[in-house]
Amino acid sequence: MHIAILGNGITGVSAAIRLRELRPDWSITMISGESTYHYSRPALMYIYMGHMGYAETKPYEDSFWGQQRIDLVRGWVTAVDTDARRLELADGRELEYDQLLLATGAKPNKFGWPGQDLEGVQGFYSLMDLERLYRSSEGARRGVVVGGGLIGLELAEMLHSRGIAVTLLVREDSYWNNVLPDEESAMVTELIRAAGMDLRLGVELKEVLDDGTGRATAVVTSEGQRIDCQVVGLTAGVSPNKALAEAVGVPCGRGVLTDSSLRAKVPGVWAAGDCAELETPGEERNMIQQVWYTGKAQGRLAAEAMHAEAEGHALPTYDPGIWFNSAKFLDLEYQTYGQVGFHLPGEQHLVWQAPGKLLRIVHIDGRVVGFNAMGLRWRHLVCEDWIREARNVDFVLAHLEDAGFDPEFYSRHEPEMRRTFADQLAKQTEPALSGQEA
Amino acid sequence: MSSAKPFQLNDSDFTYDFDEEAGGFGVPYEVPAHQRTHAAPGEDEDPADHAGPSLLLRASLGMVVVGVVALLLQVSTGKLLGSWGGLLLGLVLPSVGTALYFWERYRHLSAGIKNDGVFFSGTRNRGLIGWLVGVGMTAFYVALYWFPSYLGYTPAVWDEYGMVSDVQVSGLTLLVDPLARLMTGAPADHWFAYTVLYTLAVVVFGVRMMMRYRNNPYQLIRTASVMFFQTGLAFVLPKLLKSFQQPEFYPTYFWPLKRDVLLPGDYGMNWTATEAAGQVGVWMLVFAGAMTFLATPVLTYLYGKRWYCSWVCGCGGLAETLGDPWRHLSDKSTRAWWIERIVIYSVLAVIVFLTGLLWLNHVRGGELLGGFGASLERHYGFWIGSMFAGVAGVGFYPLLGSRVWCRFGCPQAAILGILQRFLSRFRITTNGGQCISCGNCSTYCEMGIDVRAYAQRGENIVRASCVGCGVCAAVCPRGVLKLENGAGVLEEQRYTS
Ligand SMILES: Cc1cc2nc3c(=O)[nH]c(=O)nc-3n(C[C@H](O)[C@H](O)[C@H](O)COP(=O)(O)OP(=O)(O)OC[C@H]3O[C@@H](n4cnc5c(N)ncnc54)[C@H](O)[C@@H]3O)c2cc1C
Ligand code: SF4
Ligand code: SF4
Repeated sequence: MHIAILGNGITGVSAAIRLRELRPDWSITMISGESTYHYSRPALMYIYMGHMGYAETKPYEDSFWGQQRIDLVRGWVTAVDTDARRLELADGRELEYDQLLLATGAKPNKFGWPGQDLEGVQGFYSLMDLERLYRSSEGARRGVVVGGGLIGLELAEMLHSRGIAVTLLVREDSYWNNVLPDEESAMVTELIRAAGMDLRLGVELKEVLDDGTGRATAVVTSEGQRIDCQVVGLTAGVSPNKALAEAVGVPCGRGVLTDSSLRAKVPGVWAAGDCAELETPGEERNMIQQVWYTGKAQGRLAAEAMHAEAEGHALPTYDPGIWFNSAKFLDLEYQTYGQVGFHLPGEQHLVWQAPGKLLRIVHIDGRVVGFNAMGLRWRHLVCEDWIREARNVDFVLAHLEDAGFDPEFYSRHEPEMRRTFADQLAKQTEPALSGQEA
Repeated sequence: MSSAKPFQLNDSDFTYDFDEEAGGFGVPYEVPAHQRTHAAPGEDEDPADHAGPSLLLRASLGMVVVGVVALLLQVSTGKLLGSWGGLLLGLVLPSVGTALYFWERYRHLSAGIKNDGVFFSGTRNRGLIGWLVGVGMTAFYVALYWFPSYLGYTPAVWDEYGMVSDVQVSGLTLLVDPLARLMTGAPADHWFAYTVLYTLAVVVFGVRMMMRYRNNPYQLIRTASVMFFQTGLAFVLPKLLKSFQQPEFYPTYFWPLKRDVLLPGDYGMNWTATEAAGQVGVWMLVFAGAMTFLATPVLTYLYGKRWYCSWVCGCGGLAETLGDPWRHLSDKSTRAWWIERIVIYSVLAVIVFLTGLLWLNHVRGGELLGGFGASLERHYGFWIGSMFAGVAGVGFYPLLGSRVWCRFGCPQAAILGILQRFLSRFRITTNGGQCISCGNCSTYCEMGIDVRAYAQRGENIVRASCVGCGVCAAVCPRGVLKLENGAGVLEEQRYTS
């Protein structure tokens, strides 16, 4: 059996490693046009800022792949014959496969802005983008970053680190507040401004102006203001990279459509990670998950499902588990567990804040459903347990220390948190009681 | 092929040709400071953006320049040399200037991880300056051990009729002479000068370390600790003891790192040799024995080897302060890990064997080895004590990273490491599934541990070589790592996946 994995991001790699564990006998080929070896995409920014070299971002030694007998092919796949089960690469090479896993990742969104294809205008996703940015930021005095999400702020921080002034255009009226609750969003907004970045809230991009040679020279905002700049970053989210799949007749929706075992709608084809759209019967929308850990989990699951299919066993199905994520906004660390910012019916919030720190507990009728921590490190597995077990807020307050993950000697805030939360909790239950009396 | 409409690649992706072997990306063009601006377009630019270095920064650099010039003038002309004024001008001034420079430079940066540009710096990445510094530091150690006259200490020369020339003190050694006389009541030798420089390096670069990690209490306290132990117990105390005619005792070093405290007779400290030293000497011997055989296992069980390697030890202290700019140069490959284990445990085996042999010889009244015993001891001292620990261990900081000796050579670290690996509560725990495999932890681990390899699998890190510096946990952008003195069994099951 020969498995071809298209894409060597975390999804492809997780699938390959898991497959090798399960099937010493299969041959595995992993193909990518971006690089021969797997590197950590979230670490791209650190290469640009000089925290690491490219070599340091590779999670496995180069010799690992040979030891695991996972063949690496560098090249762009331009065609797939899903009937003959054959791939074609841009340089004419062909490759036969028995099962194909599409792990092609995502692509930065472009919304048809005038001038979006000028030189100096780019998204930030890949090594190609990093190389472009290296070139276009050379000698640049100002960069404009469009989009108020995680990657936008990363890009802004990168430019800033090289002494390039940054203007950040954010459509919302506070940074990332379609995801972050108000207090968190306000903290980050303040931080961005304190760092000396020019943050424009409630402002969108109208067009990018050409300097006459095909290079960007300025942007015009939705308010009609012109901002001179040499680099324009477009970071308004990403969408599944489904172009190849679509072109070769693999059914796609927003992403490559799969069932809950990650089987695509064509025999012998699977999809996982950023590019996949999982059908979730009963739910309003299909599931697209585009973060690191979900890529890892889906890659593993695809491997297990392929193995199960070959063995004639029932296929395992993808369990998204309890959501979590983390990020770092300039110097501020952020971790989230469970359902925060989901606007669930009946949800209530407890918030503790100190300079540069915040802890938020979201609960429904006293049962915790989510946590946000800023400037604090919290223990993933403890939070997950509490959410899964739908622990009572009182229990959580009594055991706050169990969840702390800050390094030794950091000041402990639990007693203060407990007091604040207890006060807030008392106020939250009062109106409910008086409501009953009325 | 079944595809009706052909798949079109983005043109620029197609032509892109990233050379992975070459690392792909070079050192970036830097925007000249006078062109930088943080003002919003249209707004008036803040003059502070173009003001350049602050007054204090300029003053501190001025102090360094004046101090170094004063030092060179003193050494070349001999004027002022050996006076308190000379010491203040030539040593204290540039040291204070350097510390002030670090303080002022980092004070204006927001508190957090400050690794911007580390990989673009030639000084920190084996560029020309890096090599020059490495060669310079290596030359310093070679001079210290074998050609002390370059450091201003020319030993007395004797022939069969008596002394031909007396000890001559000049240059660097003469510079610190007033301090030596004050502290020990005796003139300075090159070892005294070395200890002064060593202590200054720990303190001055300790200030740098503290400013870099000023958001991190673990780093602050730990750095203060190595500064204290170096200054108080590895410098002031032994020198004062000497002034009271007691053995020059270094309470922060024990066997096997400082092998002579437990070597017999003439090879060792000969604790009870002099009448006067007898009483104190016995206590020192008891202390040294207790540190090696009691404190070492107990403290390592409770806290891991870090209690010594990155809180107390002077070698560790220097690595954590002066060595910090080069910590990322440690080799993370599995090959390096193999070499590490072979070399460090060989050194341990040799010192254990040597100690045993010398004692046996001692008990037998010297008949076992004869002159061979002394020669063995000398060889160990030359190859391990001087070449490895000094020349390669510190001299090669800018080339191989800051912990070459601690990782590959130190027999103390070898023992502590075995204890840590098999008999300790200490571990670095991983925060569930939060790791994004970015590699910051592995990159900045001075011991060359591939921390990420464990973290990305959700495994705890229990490695013999980990000195518990805590930098991996500090630089992790996702809050994944925590140094812990293992909790009870129940908790352990709960927190590890
Ligand atoms: C800048 C940045 C920072 C991020 N930071 C975080 C973070 O902090 N935390 C987090 O959870 N997530 C983060 N993410 C998201 C995370 O990186 C992605 O979810 C993850 O990389 C997806 O992995 P994947 O393997 O599915 O796809 P990808 O990593 O995109 O890999 C797909 C690979 O397939 C290749 N490929 C695609 N089509 C073809 C073809 N036709 N022929 C050949 N090769 C092809 C691509 O070149 C690419 O190398 C970040 C993303 C970016 C861009
Ligand atoms: S620094 Fe943190 S996130 Fe990055 S690889 Fe290490 S443990 Fe993982
Ligand atoms: S693993 Fe972490 S704590 Fe241990 S030596 Fe390396 S960086 Fe320091």
